[in-house]
Amino acid sequence: MSKTGVNEVLSKGGFSFDLCRRNAMLQQQGAKLPKYRKTGTTIVGLIFKDGVILGADTRATEGEIVCDKNCEKIHYLAPNISCCGAGTAADTENVTDMISSQLTLHRYATGRVSRVVTALTMLKSHLFGYQGQVSAALVLGGVDVTGPHLHAVYPHGSTDTLPFATMGSGSLAAMSVFESRYKEDLTRDEGMEIVSAAICAGIFNDLGSGSNVDLCIITKEGKEYLRNYQQPNPRSYTRSKGYDFKNGHTAVLSTNITQLRQHVQVLEGDAMEEE
Amino acid sequence: MSMVFAPQLAEAAPTSHAGASWSPYDNNGGTCVAIAGGDYCVIAADTRMSTGFSILTRDHSKIHQITEKCVLASSGFQADIRALQKNLDARHQIYQHQHSKQMSCPAMAQLLSNTLYYKRFFPYYAFNVLGGLDTEGKGCVYTYDAVGSYERSGYSSQGSGQTLIMPVLDNQLKSASPLVLPPRESSTPLTESEAVDLIKDTFASAAERDIYTGDGVEIVIINKNGIRRETMPLKRD
Repeated sequence: MSKTGVNEVLSKGGFSFDLCRRNAMLQQQGAKLPKYRKTGTTIVGLIFKDGVILGADTRATEGEIVCDKNCEKIHYLAPNISCCGAGTAADTENVTDMISSQLTLHRYATGRVSRVVTALTMLKSHLFGYQGQVSAALVLGGVDVTGPHLHAVYPHGSTDTLPFATMGSGSLAAMSVFESRYKEDLTRDEGMEIVSAAICAGIFNDLGSGSNVDLCIITKEGKEYLRNYQQPNPRSYTRSKGYDFKNGHTAVLSTNITQLRQHVQVLEGDAMEEE
Repeated sequence: MSMVFAPQLAEAAPTSHAGASWSPYDNNGGTCVAIAGGDYCVIAADTRMSTGFSILTRDHSKIHQITEKCVLASSGFQADIRALQKNLDARHQIYQHQHSKQMSCPAMAQLLSNTLYYKRFFPYYAFNVLGGLDTEGKGCVYTYDAVGSYERSGYSSQGSGQTLIMPVLDNQLKSASPLVLPPRESSTPLTESEAVDLIKDTFASAAERDIYTGDGVEIVIINKNGIRRETMPLKRD
């Protein structure tokens, strides 16, 4: 490494913008920048009698192609807080990991259980600072000393505090279920039923959402994460013949084996013993 | 074979960004597959019609029968596809009045090419596969781009799931192009039921990964006994 120039200044953390000008120039010359993995997504949450329930589908898309049929969109933030993420997968994952880490340090410093508003404030100030460039749309839910809380967080940093919330490309389909069926003081079973119906509405009516239903139920007693609570989309058909290829199916045109031993010379240390 | 126009056209298709300039085209997605055998032809298409991230209907047939031995499967822009089908139907009606017989499948293939090229500079946004039996009773498949470049082949796939399905067909069927010298059989070595089985599996696979393919497949089988229709449900997510 060279000792001269400004390149030696140590990174202070945060994003690197080194390649922005170069990429802008390339783009102007007609280069195509890579697509991001977007989680097209239906994510929802609601408050019930004893806490909050979060729900998510499990499809991740890259344009019109499904790139992950069973991804996880309910992220851990703290023992009593979880967060569903929609938008660019890398942004939702990194933002939630970062806030989760800050919350852990905050708990060590204060010795108290994390509050949902703390997570909310950290998320919104981070997202606002990046003016919507960090494209994470979140449904944040948890239970703390002040009771159950549910928030929607938008990529530009604005937030809502709601009894039920939906986000992502399937948010309209999911909201139609909530608007027709939500009421106060739902039981746990009623809540789970409505949340999974809302996610299913997204899965079946929004092309950006699909595959399975994940649930997360948070009460003051603790958190229960139900991965693949429903699997309503099994493969429809499998070929009876299968796709077995016989040995020798691919023709070998030529074979050339090079003995590496002839090219190796031991300069230092002992050569390995011959067998 | 120059099929260059199709990808450019696909990019000109509108996205649903607010403020984007208006386009006469939409892409309603969907996938078509056809396989020709020695004495049969299987033509299949999924039944989902969509736009953007929304499903318009789960039960829309993309397969249109033109003659007793010739069917057309098309994906792309539904309005253009319907206009194209009506045009071909009308031309076939005239042909029947003038010649007192139905048009052969190879003749229909040429007519479709001419019809597409006639609109070279304002094309039908339609990606077609024409399948049926030729004058000798052999299975035939014709595959097109949007402006009428066409080719007879043993099997073909068009539409949103094309890139997922075509390599599987190449691997399983790999029949020769009829243009290759010395001439070789362009139909595939599969039996009719094997071809149907393969088509069902390729659609089930495409529905797993292509968001515009799903809901159901309609499979049309043409052989010397006539024409038969089958359906199979696909994933609805």
